[in-house]
Amino acid sequence: MEITTQQFKHCDMVNVKGRVDSYTAPQLADALEAINKDGRFKIVIDMNELEYMSSAGFRVLLIGQRNCKHYNRGEIVLARVPKNIYDAFELTGFTPLFKMFDDETSAVGNF
Amino acid sequence: MRTVIFPAHFDQLDAIRRFVTQAARDVGLAEKDVCAVEMAVDEACSNIIEHAYRSSKGVIECTCECADDALTVVLRDYAAPFDPANVPPPDLSDDLEERKIGGLGVYLMRQLMDEIHYETDATTGNVLTMVKRRGGEE
Repeated sequence: MEITTQQFKHCDMVNVKGRVDSYTAPQLADALEAINKDGRFKIVIDMNELEYMSSAGFRVLLIGQRNCKHYNRGEIVLARVPKNIYDAFELTGFTPLFKMFDDETSAVGNF
Repeated sequence: MRTVIFPAHFDQLDAIRRFVTQAARDVGLAEKDVCAVEMAVDEACSNIIEHAYRSSKGVIECTCECADDALTVVLRDYAAPFDPANVPPPDLSDDLEERKIGGLGVYLMRQLMDEIHYETDATTGNVLTMVKRRGGEE
């Protein structure tokens, strides 16, 4: 798994590439926490190059969303969610918890 | 039938997933069913490593039985028993603040596979058997 982050004026973009499982999910948690520690809570996670995500990744997203939405200070939105991962989100009731966008521009434009 | 013995460590999950997805493709499962097997086995092994072995060393013996119409994955471990049937159903509520975290792995295994059995025996270890049928329901 590879994570790159990019800071924009109104939000941060996190690009997650590869596979998020119990082994790699802590790195995603660290990346989200590092952004929060900077006092930034508006985050786009671009999943275009995400190949796989297990429930370990779902847990990181859920905790991250809770932290970001606290005090209405922000939120995590998802861009370009691959079909197989979207299906697993649906099974686990995740789709109502995250706004999802078909491209990164409109995801960033949400903030 | 093929068996590979993996160390019970999270860094093996990638190799375990590659092993079972290859078997799933050999059986001729549809791509969405290959993804289902990949995820269900990952969730099962993650639970064995996290909740059965905890931080102790051990192995997971992974066997794939390819039949004409189904793939059977058998996971054997020698840790404390961890019966998925004892895991309460997850909280799937859309209330972000109230929603409890946990239990998603077992829930996904049940949703994604056609059959799941668990047996435990002090000498032969714990055996989790999961079946995915070709063209079966998710």
